[in-house]
Amino acid sequence: MSRPSASTSSSSRSSRSRYGKEVKELQDALNQNKIESKRDAIRKIIDAMTRGKDVSMLFPDVAKNMETSNLELKKLVYLYIINYAKIMPDLAVMAVNSFRKDARDKTNPFLRALAIRTMGCIRVKLITEYLLDPLKESIKDEDSYVRKTAAICISKLYDVSPELIEEQGLLKLLDNLLNDGNAMVVANAVCALLIVQESKGTTMLKLNPYIIQKILTAMNECNEWGVIYCLDALAMYIPEDGKEAEAILERVSPRLNHNNPGVVLSACKIMMKFLDYLQNPETIRQNALKMTAPLISLLSLGKEPEIQYVALKNINLIIQKRPIIIEKDIKVFFCNFNDPIYIKLQKLEVLAKLANNDNIQQILHELKEYTQEVDVEFVRKAVRTIGRCAIKLEKAAEKCVTALWECLKTKVNYVVMESIIVIRDIFRKYPRKYEMILKDLCENLKSLEDPEAKASMIWIIGEYVDTIENADTLLANFSENFKDEPANVQHQILVAVMKLFLQRPNDGKELIHNLLKTATIECENPDLRDRAYIYWRMLSTDPELAKKIVFTERPTISDSSYTIENELLDKLIENIGNLSSVYTKKPESFVKKLRDVLNSKIADKIDDVYDQDQLMDGRPEDYSDQQGGQSNISDNIYDTSSQIQSQVQQSQIQQVSQKIDLLELDDNQPQQQQPQQQQIPQQQQIPQQQQIPPQQILQPNQIQNVRVPFAEVLTANTPGSQTQIQGLSIEAAFQKNGDKIVLDLRITNKTQDKTFSEFGLKFNKNPFKLQPDSIEIPCQPVFPGQTQVTQSSINTNGPVAEEPPQMPYKIQVALKTNLDVFYFFIPMSLSVLFSSTASITQQKFIELSQAQNIARKQEVLQIQIDPQRMKEKLERNYFFLIGVRKDERGVELLSYAASLVNGMPLLVNVIHAPTAINLQLQVPHPTLMPLLYQAIGFILTLN
Amino acid sequence: MFGISSIYILDQKGRVLITRQYRNELPMNIHETFNKKLLEFDEYTQKPVMIDKDGYTYIFIRHNNLIFMTVCSQNANCLMIFSFLFRLVQVLQEYFVNVEEESIRDNFVVVYELLDEMLDNGYPQTTEFKILKEFIKTESFQLKEKKQPEQSNFNVVALVSNKISWRKEGIKYKKNEVFLDVIEKLNMLIGQQGNVIKSEIIGQVQVKCMLSGMPELKLGLNDKAFFEAQGRQSRSRAVEFDDIKFHQCVRLSKFENERVIQFTPPDGDFELISYRLDIRVKPLFSVDVLIERKSATKIEFLVKAKSNFKPKSTANNVEIFVPVPDDAEQPQFRTAHGSVNYMPDKEAMCWSIKQFGGQRDFMMNAVFHLPTIVSPNRDKFQKMPINITFEIPYFTVSGFQVRYLKIQDKSGYNALPWVRYITQNGEYQIRMN
Repeated sequence: MSRPSASTSSSSRSSRSRYGKEVKELQDALNQNKIESKRDAIRKIIDAMTRGKDVSMLFPDVAKNMETSNLELKKLVYLYIINYAKIMPDLAVMAVNSFRKDARDKTNPFLRALAIRTMGCIRVKLITEYLLDPLKESIKDEDSYVRKTAAICISKLYDVSPELIEEQGLLKLLDNLLNDGNAMVVANAVCALLIVQESKGTTMLKLNPYIIQKILTAMNECNEWGVIYCLDALAMYIPEDGKEAEAILERVSPRLNHNNPGVVLSACKIMMKFLDYLQNPETIRQNALKMTAPLISLLSLGKEPEIQYVALKNINLIIQKRPIIIEKDIKVFFCNFNDPIYIKLQKLEVLAKLANNDNIQQILHELKEYTQEVDVEFVRKAVRTIGRCAIKLEKAAEKCVTALWECLKTKVNYVVMESIIVIRDIFRKYPRKYEMILKDLCENLKSLEDPEAKASMIWIIGEYVDTIENADTLLANFSENFKDEPANVQHQILVAVMKLFLQRPNDGKELIHNLLKTATIECENPDLRDRAYIYWRMLSTDPELAKKIVFTERPTISDSSYTIENELLDKLIENIGNLSSVYTKKPESFVKKLRDVLNSKIADKIDDVYDQDQLMDGRPEDYSDQQGGQSNISDNIYDTSSQIQSQVQQSQIQQVSQKIDLLELDDNQPQQQQPQQQQIPQQQQIPQQQQIPPQQILQPNQIQNVRVPFAEVLTANTPGSQTQIQGLSIEAAFQKNGDKIVLDLRITNKTQDKTFSEFGLKFNKNPFKLQPDSIEIPCQPVFPGQTQVTQSSINTNGPVAEEPPQMPYKIQVALKTNLDVFYFFIPMSLSVLFSSTASITQQKFIELSQAQNIARKQEVLQIQIDPQRMKEKLERNYFFLIGVRKDERGVELLSYAASLVNGMPLLVNVIHAPTAINLQLQVPHPTLMPLLYQAIGFILTLN
Repeated sequence: MFGISSIYILDQKGRVLITRQYRNELPMNIHETFNKKLLEFDEYTQKPVMIDKDGYTYIFIRHNNLIFMTVCSQNANCLMIFSFLFRLVQVLQEYFVNVEEESIRDNFVVVYELLDEMLDNGYPQTTEFKILKEFIKTESFQLKEKKQPEQSNFNVVALVSNKISWRKEGIKYKKNEVFLDVIEKLNMLIGQQGNVIKSEIIGQVQVKCMLSGMPELKLGLNDKAFFEAQGRQSRSRAVEFDDIKFHQCVRLSKFENERVIQFTPPDGDFELISYRLDIRVKPLFSVDVLIERKSATKIEFLVKAKSNFKPKSTANNVEIFVPVPDDAEQPQFRTAHGSVNYMPDKEAMCWSIKQFGGQRDFMMNAVFHLPTIVSPNRDKFQKMPINITFEIPYFTVSGFQVRYLKIQDKSGYNALPWVRYITQNGEYQIRMN
């Protein structure tokens, strides 16, 4: 095919005409009879398609060529159709017949499989049903290649129209494929079932001993990817007993010798999981050791760094669970000069975990080498790893300190700074043991650019004021720029000078005097100022006591900060080889789909309801009539009171012309309606606040609660869900108002010409059953450019979501206006949900804190706050003080309890330290942990 | 278990060369998000697995001037995907030899065809080149083998789902031969005092199989575990494998139970075994470098290389890379053996010796001038290791030996096995300092 020489004209008209010409030429070529010209044309089309050019107008011409007998041409046509079917579903129907024909081709199984595979890729609901018959036949095809393709095809179509697939019994047919005689078919059936299982949310692959045998047999004969599908399915199985586990392990362990790294790790996943079911320690040991060599092979030098990276991440988990697996082979974790930095850092991580008293000499020697390398980040991490070893291994601490000492002597800036930070931790762990390096430390004061290093150094000086002779001069130098320093350095200066004065009153007198003056008068940081005030008062009342307080013994530190909690660890072990293990996170915390799955289901329902609503020509009075019905969304069987209530309200709705509630979220509720319930008096309804007088928003008594700052939850450029209207901006915050929860909304109209009015509000189901008292928001119409502030009160009688709250905790909200409906999330602090009445007695507290099923965690809140102020703040926000205990060192341990609106108890033990607050949190559900931690942080930092 | 949501082959600038999408919900321009994400990192901090704010994970590898990238929206089996990507590159290499922007652009139709066969709905399927080449052919392939296409398709289908998927029936050779190449690579890290910090042998057995029919092969090695399993003492030196991996044709359970390596080989070239030994090996070569700074502008290197293997072996093509200051200039070399080249781009000099006998030592002297304006990285070279490359034929460091290779076929032909051994450098480094 000849092409006209490219026109040099750049005018758009000529380029358009040239484009048109090309299209025309392609069209002509496609309609010719010669295969070659057709093939060339479609190649050009696909090339253009890949480059992102729109060639969709050629669809009819291309589709005509589907029925060719030339396989290559056919494949190209299919490729084109897959790409454009999504945007041109009507035209895609044209292709159906050809697919049906090919899928039933008698002579060539290859053609049948190609048709089945391709039609699965056309994700158009419209044509799915035409494809079901040929698909059903292909499942029973005589050729295994077609059957294995059909298995995957079912999972594809399930994505497009799950109902249809279920109706037609295709899942049953898929299940039958597990009994197929061909291993690849079984493996693909396993794979397809797992895919369907995931989108359906219920178990599809029923793992029983019979199926397990099937999978084990298939695994021996299918290709490497099939082995992975089989292994990943087996990993989900929970063995009946140790005997069964052992039998399966025996079949699985030969896979460790497979060449494909994916197979090796998937086999390890089963091994790690099933070892928990074995009893005999010797069997466990033997099986565990089978993994050693294959795992180490994943790191050998020829392996791609990407593979090594995933392997290292997983080894890090595996050795935490079963250290025996890699005990001796530390050398593979030594860094090679050419390793990418992400590998080097991971290796250091593993080395720190593997360090013990026997190998520390060897590891240290290696780490010292690293500290002389070129890469700054790597060097810092190496220094830090030396410090971790020192804290982890008491016996080896001295060797580590010597190594750090050498680092100090290098005088290389970043090495010195990192060493100082690390040495600070060592001094904390082993007080007064390694004073000999103080001299060298003090020689490096000039080069401390990093605030953390500086703060560490000052802390060290403060700690050893009695040993460091010129401590007063040093601290005086540091204090000179006191006002310009970052907060953490300022704090350390203050503390160190205080220590200096208490130990050597004559040397520190002037310094402390000036510093306290500066800190109390000139500093704006409230925590710093408060601390200065306390010091001042302590010194003026009882200096001896002050000394006791300032030099009190600190809680010990350990190297546990890098270990993963057991619960999470087990979850990660189940995910060996998966992304979860690389991120060291549970799947639901990074997979958007898992997080959203519930939300989206409900959002769909909201949409449906709105659709119906529109059909009914929604008039404002519809909503006001139904106001009583706003809390009827309840399929909640736990809370009987709300159920009765819901029935009452439901009956009301039925009275109101049988209409569905505006923001009805749940249609599963029982639709029964009994006459006597209609007689239940009106007062059972929650008192409603129809209108909130504006002044109520700023009642003075609210100030005692933490004011949650407004968050922007809807930006002006977010379109609504129906008419895509933009320009509504909303800021929102949940607040505690006395013992009530309220939602403050700041509604801004950023449009030029539209007016928003008739605001309605609805919450998605949420774990604490929150819902607004009234759908209607008491708000005047918001005119262009105007902002209105409203407050709605919230109750806790809404429907419950059966999922624990996530961090950060957000509530999905639908906001209806006269123009459109908007969906957004409003973040919520747990502090808003604390019950205002004391419900936990000392007795109960002790009981609860000893309970088995309660989650515990130590946290440190890095803030500096006056202890009295801390108590005050906590108590004002409904933490009730249960008891105060002092340990032998005189450290005060405060026990607080709070309960959530749903009655869940939250227990907190608080130890106040000068620069931080140590918290011991106990909650009935682990997901509450971060929320509680966040809430406390919130309460203590906000005014 | 989750697979790939979409796969991309991108050029250096992040433009799409090839793409297939397997999930509807992905944004069409997700590769642009990936490109932006890439820019957030320099080559140092870039990790091969990245997640964006919408929860999409990008798993990618680089090859020449290409990026092979996959997007996953779920908790996918990450290592499976990496393994697949490397396999994809491998297969493409078999097809086009050089896998780079040019060859992908020129052959995009074949690449699409391959992807279609290798990945169904984001799950890897058939990835064996030997099978794929039977029904996906580039033009050059087609010219070479003139078969009726319809006919070959039948065989192919049988191949893909056959029990022995790696070999087709009816292969015929006039002369039945098998060539075994035992290649050992020595990875070694040596400290500045000549102490071995790390040593590891990565071995492989490459097979070129030219056998008729469906033969059954049995391979005997001097495997220590095998002798122990047999309950007999080995007369000669036996090798203790730390880890041994096989081509999928080897019956794994047979090996696990009896330590017998039994298989029906694919036709042509393939890697039968790869193994790893974690044993302490005496350095084959040691290199001493004496650095003398004659003046501020002149530096002298005295390099002494010594071979420690038996005199009857000879190493070929020995190259010793010694790092030098990055601003060194005007090199002067003196040596009685081999030749020396200055390689400013590698910040090193390369001393090549064509033949290096066992138990020999050679000397080399090099003088460089240094500019008076000192480069900020001038001393970096002392932290870089010396690298050595070499090849020693007829020799395995581990002592690996093929004891026998039995070949049995129904037709009962006689076949000849040939075995060659060679030891090469892996990453063979000596710390300078």
